[in-house]
Amino acid sequence: MRALVNHRILTLLVLAAMIAALPLIFPSSYYFRVASLVWVSALAAIGLNILMGQAGQVSLGHAAFFGIGAYAVAIGPAHLGVPPWAALFLGALLSAALAYLVGRPILRLKGHYLAIATLGLGVLVALVISTESRWTGGPDGMPVARLTLFGWRVAGSDTWYWVTGGLLLLGTWIALNLDETPTGRAFRALHDSEVAAQVVGVDVARFKLQAFVIAAVYASLAGSALAFMNGFINPDQAGFLHSVELVTIVVLGGLGSVVGSIVGAAVLVTLPQVLTVFHEYEHLLLGLIIIVAMIFMRNGIVPSLSGLLFRRARS
Amino acid sequence: MTSKTTLKFMLAAGALSVGLSHGALAQGTVKIGSVLSVTGPSSFLGEPEDKTLRLYVDKINAAGGVAGKKIELVIYDDGGDANKARTFATRLIEDDEVIAMVGGTTTGSTMAMIPVFEEAQVPFISLAGAIEVIDPVRKFVFKTPHTDKMACEKIFEDLKKRNLTKIGMISGTDGFGASMRAQCVKVAPNYGMQILIDESYGPRDSDMTAQLTKIKNTAGVQAVVNPGFGQGPAIVTRNYAQLGMTATPFYQSHGVASKSFIDLAGPAAEGVRLPAAALLVGDKLPESDPQKKVVTEYKQAYESATKQPVSTFGGHAYDGLFILVEAMKRANSTDPQKIRDEIEKTKGFVGTGGIVNMSATDHLGLDLSAFRMLEIKGGDWNLAQSGS
Repeated sequence: MRALVNHRILTLLVLAAMIAALPLIFPSSYYFRVASLVWVSALAAIGLNILMGQAGQVSLGHAAFFGIGAYAVAIGPAHLGVPPWAALFLGALLSAALAYLVGRPILRLKGHYLAIATLGLGVLVALVISTESRWTGGPDGMPVARLTLFGWRVAGSDTWYWVTGGLLLLGTWIALNLDETPTGRAFRALHDSEVAAQVVGVDVARFKLQAFVIAAVYASLAGSALAFMNGFINPDQAGFLHSVELVTIVVLGGLGSVVGSIVGAAVLVTLPQVLTVFHEYEHLLLGLIIIVAMIFMRNGIVPSLSGLLFRRARS
Repeated sequence: MTSKTTLKFMLAAGALSVGLSHGALAQGTVKIGSVLSVTGPSSFLGEPEDKTLRLYVDKINAAGGVAGKKIELVIYDDGGDANKARTFATRLIEDDEVIAMVGGTTTGSTMAMIPVFEEAQVPFISLAGAIEVIDPVRKFVFKTPHTDKMACEKIFEDLKKRNLTKIGMISGTDGFGASMRAQCVKVAPNYGMQILIDESYGPRDSDMTAQLTKIKNTAGVQAVVNPGFGQGPAIVTRNYAQLGMTATPFYQSHGVASKSFIDLAGPAAEGVRLPAAALLVGDKLPESDPQKKVVTEYKQAYESATKQPVSTFGGHAYDGLFILVEAMKRANSTDPQKIRDEIEKTKGFVGTGGIVNMSATDHLGLDLSAFRMLEIKGGDWNLAQSGS
């Protein structure tokens, strides 16, 4: 048990050290911007990974919660007079409520049916956001008021690097801890065999719903952070393609691996930036790299590589 | 996973983000940036913009550059994703240190990038359509394409000349359609227009006969206006002919001003009117027209270099680039602030989109004369005879 605790703390320490050390080698605030995007995507992916990797339920509409979080901090201050920081929690609350309400019926579904139901949820939310233009500014999006905390105006790539980095640390800490709690173990039981879990007394419906709500809150907070950071939001962030991107990050990094989600986000966010030198072959190469990674590292980057190193170390 | 491996992956992830650096700034060059939607759903706009910028920057450099300096063009493709556009904008400012930007294919990506350029105080000439880009006026943001409000006004002006005042509208719910619809509803009273029926369709719908039937059955509709771009308007046009509504004058927007619209809509496009830039009818303009020379030269240069038919969207990029280059010549400096001041002083610039006269309160500088009312006849654009 002590080894487990140490492992968790060490992972957190390494992550914290990396967040603290990276700025030393960043030549311009463009790098802060890219790194902040990695932290935000990683945060959403860690949440989704709790649902997909730990509890074994798929969601193809997760960007919906990302969008709700983002639009909550846009609409709250602009139309309802809610202070920006409160809008962040309101968004999280709204996402949790929606996940709870929708999750109850649709989490009874399995496999492809669940995938389609969550897909439908995602499409619906995106549709509402892009058509209710009186509130959301329609398909062209809307500006987001800057976040102010105790008179401090949170702006600039460097500042947001630290804020999103802090959020990611918090999210990682919770996800790592969750893994070792009875809830986390119940999620794993669900993942391995729903029938077996039910037989040993795990309340399957309740735990599925819990995982769904947790994942929704993670995505919502990530969405709010991105909206504040950009000062502008449009419906793409709630769209199907973004949902797919989140699922890709989780699967590429490694299902069930918290560190995997961070690595997956780092790869998927930074690769398009690196590949710009190839101009028109950019998308071709991006696809190729993902395909090759999935062929040779079937369990995702982190679990596959760590498995490989483990075997080497033993032999 | 062991802690050792955790560390290794962290380092690997870190190393990845370090490998993004760029070459040093060469002497005697000046960097102009551009973020365009070369791929993705808006590629039909972004691609001609991309080709135009590359073509003319090469030409300018071959002729000795601007004020003795060669232009280095940095183009990034945002794939139509506003969030990506924002990141590339930051990259242009922070990493490439461009002195100005000509780009921003869609309104969404332009709006997402504006704060970056305003904060860095670098001029940004946008290629996006909606009026929000320049209204309210932002110090460092300009644009070249006509606004959707002007398109509505041009259509209503033409309708008024034909003594048609009761209209039906059918609009796309995409960014372009929704924005133009709102502008049309807003300016309609100024022209005494009555909108009797106001229908909409989704950007990916494949049949609009239901909405058109409703318009057809609305008594008193004298003309129909269809704000939208992409494939939607072509389907609306086909359905319009299928329902035998062609006796009622039908207006499209400048959003369909490319040859592919005529190809997609086929013979149904016959008699459809739309406001568009002079570029589409360059060879049909009278010799006395001030834009004749510019548009025919651009058309010839673009078509011979790319082997593709010219579109107004590439023309917007041409206008943006040359407004910038002339401002740089006048400022005789690479200081973004001075270039901005000179862009704002642009007067009598003859571009593909019209004659540009900017001021501190007008960062577009076009008036209604920039639009020509076109009518599709015999599968080609023709200047419409006003009042007929």
